[in-house]
Amino acid sequence: MPLTLDPNLPDPDGFYDDLLAAHKGLSDAESEALNARLILVLANHIGDRDTLKQALKAAKASG
Amino acid sequence: MKRFDEELYAYGPNPDQTTGAHYPVIIVGAGPVGLTLALDLAKKGTPAIVLDDNTRVSHGSRAICFAKRTLEIASRLGFAAPLLDKGVEWSHGRVFHGTEEIYEFDLLPEDGHGHPAFINLQQPYFEIALVDAIMAARAEGAPVEIRGGNRVTGVIPKGDHVGLAIETPDGAYRLTADWVVACDGARSPLRTMLGLSFDGRVFEDNFLIADVKMAARFPTERWFWFDPPFEGAGASALLHKQPDDIWRMDFQLGWDIDRDEELREENVRARVDGMLGAGAEYALDWTSIYTFQCRRMERFRHDRVIFAGDSAHQVSPFGARGANSGVQDAENLAWKLARVVKGDAPERLLDSYHEERSFAADENILNSTRATDFLTPKTAVSQRFRDAVLHLASRHAFARPMVNSGRLSTPCVYAGLSLNGPDDLDGPDRSCVGAACVDAPLEDGFLLPKLGGVFTVLAINTDAPDIGLKTVLIDTATQDPTGAVRARYLGQAAHALYLIRPDQHIAARWPSATADQIRDAIHIATAQEVRHAAHA
Repeated sequence: MPLTLDPNLPDPDGFYDDLLAAHKGLSDAESEALNARLILVLANHIGDRDTLKQALKAAKASG
Repeated sequence: MKRFDEELYAYGPNPDQTTGAHYPVIIVGAGPVGLTLALDLAKKGTPAIVLDDNTRVSHGSRAICFAKRTLEIASRLGFAAPLLDKGVEWSHGRVFHGTEEIYEFDLLPEDGHGHPAFINLQQPYFEIALVDAIMAARAEGAPVEIRGGNRVTGVIPKGDHVGLAIETPDGAYRLTADWVVACDGARSPLRTMLGLSFDGRVFEDNFLIADVKMAARFPTERWFWFDPPFEGAGASALLHKQPDDIWRMDFQLGWDIDRDEELREENVRARVDGMLGAGAEYALDWTSIYTFQCRRMERFRHDRVIFAGDSAHQVSPFGARGANSGVQDAENLAWKLARVVKGDAPERLLDSYHEERSFAADENILNSTRATDFLTPKTAVSQRFRDAVLHLASRHAFARPMVNSGRLSTPCVYAGLSLNGPDDLDGPDRSCVGAACVDAPLEDGFLLPKLGGVFTVLAINTDAPDIGLKTVLIDTATQDPTGAVRARYLGQAAHALYLIRPDQHIAARWPSATADQIRDAIHIATAQEVRHAAHA
């Protein structure tokens, strides 16, 4: 399954809002923990190691 | 427990000490690996002498978890019964994070196997069963001998033999052998004498083992804690039952500790009390602190000196991959060595021992390293992900398979290696060429006991050409009461012909085969014809 890097979210501003709202009021450590859990939840949803490798590569290249 | 203390292979003077002698195979080390190899060779009629500086089985529990493949090998060699009688079978476990039980599991072993997925048993019992089987084989005339009180002090490799210098209570003597197998443990003196390196990754952690004897107050389950809530328990802890009302406790103490201090009885007891609750009555049976490394020798065969078990490769204890993989080394080597000694195969067959078992060692080291990285996160971010997995595991099933407190040992598939013949059957993956045969119930017992020891043709719903090989014919219409043979060996295929090696690994498979096809596959599987390059 090729990784989608074209726009795929119907409401990007809405999602961005949700993401920030989830972190609101959290310490840095709590936010890091939330991010870690979120990555694991999303990774399981994707469920394809090759796609996840592409995602890791795309994320690393942006760093 | 008395036999633990007996001199089961007491030192006795041997005529060789005055005359010297030459043997085809000398095994150094009477642990589970050396003894399994000796017994397997003896059963094949290949003389084997085992030298060990001790005269008793090993002290303390040491290895406690023996996997199905090991029990299958023990069964083929005739020493499984005492293991199964004594061992504790278990399949249920609980995982805790702090005070919270995050999940429980039942390994639900697949039905239709002659042996359980694993048993817990103290290593000395395993060694006693082997010593008894060797003594029984010897009493029946098998050419095998265990010489206790014989410490190897020198090894002299020559072109066509190996010399050994041996120290005994009666002084030194020398033996020579065509082949020497070093089964002398992780600190292998032979490896050191030969100046061979043993490289890998050191894990900076200490684990305290406390084996305690107490009347059972817990179910026969494996309990594992991440961040245990009891005082001073360390970063993780394990509780697991062994025979004789002994419980294995394992506490992860970290790197910077005072070993002597931690091993003082009152300090061990403080930790055990923490786990069991105040007022628990128990006796300390054995305590030890260990550190570990994941490493292996670059080559397991050095001309006429061959390394097996911990001397060749070392892993963390998580996953029961030490003794179990060592026993598989022994069984892989035994039939090859027997053939080479008898002149039935070229010496290069022994190179396939290195190829196959270093491949297995790499797999074990990978699994073991991954488990260790989960147990002991090395960085802040790995700690973060580890905790995230544990947090999610208590709420969502998806995260539970990511919790890694050791992946239990399963036999390695020798995929793509030199001894493999054709895999021309569109059959189940689990029975691909290179895999160890999976057991299955038949009308009259189980499949594996019918396949042992020599090259065997397994013909399912088809005829086998008569080329003088041991042949097992199965008709699934009448001999496959549960359908397991069909599911495990045929899949969608109507019929199949498997060529099985003496160690019960699959050498080749076809829908059906001619005599020439089978002969060619045996040539490949005995290194008599090199068909493709060695695995890189």
